[in-house]
Amino acid sequence: MKLDWILVLLVLGNLRLLASTRLGAKIRTVAAQGVLLGLVPLLAGMHAPGLRAAFVAVVGMTLKGVVFPWLLFRAVRETRISRDVQPYVGYSASVLIGVIGLAAMFLLSERLAPFPAGASSLLVTAALFSVFTGLFLIVSRKRAINQVLGFLVLENGVYLFGAGVMSETSLLVEVGILLDVFVAVFVMGIALFHINREFDHIETDRLSSLKN
Amino acid sequence: MNASWLSVPLALLLAPLVLGVVNRTKAFFAGRTGQPLLQVYYDIVKLLRKGAVYSGTTTWVFRAGPLVTLAVLLTLVPMTPLGGQQAPLSFTGDIVVFCALLGLARFFTIVAALDTGSAFEGMGASREALFGALAEPALYLALAALVRHTGSAGLSDSFGVLSQRNWMAVDPAVVLVAVALFGVFLVENCRIPVDDPNTHLELTMIHEVMVLDHSGPDFAFVLWGSALRAWILGCLVAGIAVPALSSSPWVNVAVGVGGVLGLAVVVGVIESVMARLRMTVIPHLLVGSAALAATALLLGMR
Repeated sequence: MKLDWILVLLVLGNLRLLASTRLGAKIRTVAAQGVLLGLVPLLAGMHAPGLRAAFVAVVGMTLKGVVFPWLLFRAVRETRISRDVQPYVGYSASVLIGVIGLAAMFLLSERLAPFPAGASSLLVTAALFSVFTGLFLIVSRKRAINQVLGFLVLENGVYLFGAGVMSETSLLVEVGILLDVFVAVFVMGIALFHINREFDHIETDRLSSLKN
Repeated sequence: MNASWLSVPLALLLAPLVLGVVNRTKAFFAGRTGQPLLQVYYDIVKLLRKGAVYSGTTTWVFRAGPLVTLAVLLTLVPMTPLGGQQAPLSFTGDIVVFCALLGLARFFTIVAALDTGSAFEGMGASREALFGALAEPALYLALAALVRHTGSAGLSDSFGVLSQRNWMAVDPAVVLVAVALFGVFLVENCRIPVDDPNTHLELTMIHEVMVLDHSGPDFAFVLWGSALRAWILGCLVAGIAVPALSSSPWVNVAVGVGGVLGLAVVVGVIESVMARLRMTVIPHLLVGSAALAATALLLGMR
C-alpha cells in the first residue's frame, strides 16, 4: 500500500513536470521524485532490505535529492533563466498527451506481464510513464535545462523498472549507473553555462542552425 | 421516518448557511466584523418581498432562466447522498443525469444572460461557457472513477461504500478524486482562485456578471440556487473526505452536514490566503483537475 502511494506520487510528479512553466519548480519536482525513488527498493523487495540495498538507496537519494538539484539550480542561476518559453507543445496539451500516455502505459504493462511474484503492475506502469515523460520533455521543450531534466526523469524510469522487476541487480551495475548519471548531469550543467555565455541563450531550436 | 429523507429538508434549509460560513471565515481572517451568519437568508427573504423589473428587450427566456435553474437544482437535491446514506432518489447510472442536470442549470443561466442583450453579460456568459466546458470532463471523470473504484452502479451506492472506510486504509485513487472534485467545486461555485464572488461590476468576474439584470424574486432564486449548488457539490466532496463510520444513520447525517460546513470553512481560508488566478491560467487548473480525475480512473481500471 505504501508502495502504491509512492508510485502515484511519482506519476503525479511527472504530470506536474509536463504542466509547469517554472524551471525551479521542475527541478524541485525531479528532486522529490529522486528521493521517493530511493525508497522504492526498500519497500518493493520480497525480503527484508539488506545492507547493500540500503547503501544504494542512500547514495541514490543523496545524488538525486541534493547534488543534482544543486547543480541544476546553479545552472539556472548562472544562465539567469527561470521560466520556460514557447514550448513546441503547449502545457495543457502536454498534460493531455501525458494522460493519454499514462493510459497507453497501463495497457502496455498489462501486455508485458507476467512479472516475477511480488512485482506490482502499477510499478511497471509508473516506470514506463517516467520514460515516456522524460522523452516527451526532451523533444517538446526549448530551454536546454528541460533536456537535462528529461534525461533525469528517463533514468528514473529505468531505475524504477530495475528496482521493481529485477530482484537482484549487482551493486556494481547500480552504482555504475548512478555514476554515469552524475557525470552526465555535471557535464550538462557546465555545458549549459558555456552555451549561454557563447550564444546568450540556451534554446535548442536555435542551436540546430549554428554554423562553424 | 427514514434518515435518508432528512437530506432533502436539511439541504433546502441549510444551503444558504454554507455561503454564510464562508463569509464569516473570511471576515475572521480579515479582522472585520463582517456580515451576520444568516445574511444570505435575510437577503433571500428581502428579495422575495420585492417586485421584479424586466427590461423591454428581454423575452420569456430571461424570466425562465432563474426558475429553470432553481428547478433543476431542486431536482438534484434528492439525488445527492449525504453522510453516506442512500439518497431518496437513486438509480443505476444516476451520475450521468447528475452531470447533465448541472449542465442544464448552467445552460439556462447563460441563455438568460445572453437574452438581456448586454455586452457585459455576454462576456460573462462566454467565460462561464468556457470554464463550464472544461469543468464538465473533470466532473464526469471524477464520478466515473468513483463508481469504477467502488464497483457500484450509482452515486448513493458508491458514497455508501466510501463512507465505510477510514483514513488509514484509503486508496490513492480516492484522494485524487477528492482533489479533482474540489477543483470542480471551486469552479462551479465561482470561488477564488477561479472567480471572486465579491467583485460586482468588475471586468474580471464570471458568474456575478450574468445575474446583474435579475431583480426581486428572480434574484432570490438565483441566490438560493447558487447556495444549493454549493451544498450539492459540497456534499460530494465532503462525502469522500469525511467518513461516516457510525452505525446510527442520524449521527452519519450529522457528520455529513459537519463535513459540508467544514468544507465551507476551508473555502473561506483559501479565499483569505490566495489571490484570484489570471483568467488565462484558469484553464490550466481545470485541465489539471481533469488529469487527476483521469489518473484516478486509470488506477481504478487496473
